Amino acid sequence: MGLKGKDLLGIRELETDEIGLILDTAESLKEVSSRDIKKVPALRGKTVVNLFFEPSTRTRTSFELAAKRLSADLLNISVATSSVVKGETLFDTAKNLEAMMADIIVVRHSSSGAPDRLARRLKSSVINAGDGSHEHPTQALTDLYTIRERKGGLSGLIVTMVGDIAHSRVARSNIYALVKMGADVRVAGPPTMIPAGIDKLGVRVYYDLDEALSGADVVMMLRLQLERQGKALFPSIREYSRLYGLNKERLRFAKKDALVMHPGPVNRGVEITSDLADGASSVIMEQVTNGIAVRMAVIYLLSAGRA
Amino acid sequence: MVGNKLIMDSLGINRALSRITHEIIERNRGAQDLVLIGIRRGGVDLANHLARKIKELEGIDLAIGELDITLYRDDLSSKKEQPILRKTVIPFDVTDKKIILVDDVLYTGRTIRAALDGIMDLGRPKEIQLAVMIDRGHRELPIRPDYVGKNLPTSRNEVVKVTLDQGGENRVVIEDGA
Repeated sequence: MGLKGKDLLGIRELETDEIGLILDTAESLKEVSSRDIKKVPALRGKTVVNLFFEPSTRTRTSFELAAKRLSADLLNISVATSSVVKGETLFDTAKNLEAMMADIIVVRHSSSGAPDRLARRLKSSVINAGDGSHEHPTQALTDLYTIRERKGGLSGLIVTMVGDIAHSRVARSNIYALVKMGADVRVAGPPTMIPAGIDKLGVRVYYDLDEALSGADVVMMLRLQLERQGKALFPSIREYSRLYGLNKERLRFAKKDALVMHPGPVNRGVEITSDLADGASSVIMEQVTNGIAVRMAVIYLLSAGRA
Repeated sequence: MVGNKLIMDSLGINRALSRITHEIIERNRGAQDLVLIGIRRGGVDLANHLARKIKELEGIDLAIGELDITLYRDDLSSKKEQPILRKTVIPFDVTDKKIILVDDVLYTGRTIRAALDGIMDLGRPKEIQLAVMIDRGHRELPIRPDYVGKNLPTSRNEVVKVTLDQGGENRVVIEDGA
């Protein structure tokens, strides 16, 4: 079996056995990154393009390393230096990349649905690397992988997600993914950050963090998007931190062996204290390492010959 | 189940394993500096059998690695669907080791070519020898085995199945692929 679509646009469209296949494939590919020579010849001659319309370090470099460790050629296009500043449309840019025989185009865009629109008009495979507040599927797959590796499975685990659920594509993708894989998902945050009707996705809503953390196997902290602070979602960073920031005392409500996760970049001292971010429960750096294996898996699976 | 033909039963396989084991030990003057690498999936079972036999004769536990050759296949870009990747687990450094590479059936030689490249990417072994249960001919690359359980002339539309369960019944069967 393989993936059903030519693209990876979101977790919502994936079936559970496709998610399982990606995680299993990533598990096999992780070994490559532990070698002295971190490269296998599997995708020689394939071309992957990073097309990023939003700033990113982690995701972009993760895709770059993933492609290179599979021997694909990779080029980075960042908007500031591209023809987009001359007014070229997203579609025209991508169409040109396709004419240069790009097999896979990795897109990050501030507008929800941009990768989806591209995918429908291009023969190349499109991977969504984050679109607006819609989805960030490879981050969710990375988080799933990290949890599965540490906990041996996903089904039945209590996962508490804390922060700006309404605007977070990481949260949205993780909710779809975790619910599909049978986890018990809780979301917590101030009412202004919890979208109405989120419970219909199969999660339970908490406004009290201690309650949400009670008995949790995994605590997933979301980045407080400080750039949105102007929108008055909460009175002050200090107040947010006091009510929804994770610290050692709070973490005691969770299970003893609970994992602390964060998709990065971390606002130290805001959503999570520094000692926790670097502490024994934290798997934040493992998430980064696993992200490469997961993206290798996605690139590998989408690269089947279309001869 | 049309046209299944039993080629080797448990007893025959056991005799072949014993002979191969003796050949390996003789040629390498013991088993001290050997490691086994089985090609997933059939080769891994065979490698385990060989390790057991070598332990019986020489009293040495050989390290066993498991190699998945998918990422080194020469037909990846022409496949409609990507083959399932399995884990490569080589729990030792291959550099300067004498490796017995193990597979159940040797056919075109393409799997062995991929396995050799896969191992070379992990280090620089001192030597690689090849052990197979069945050599069915039809080589497409200049590759030959060092140890063979049985030479079995086949036609290309036949399928050779080697079953080497630990504990279960072992057998080699030719199935008519037509």
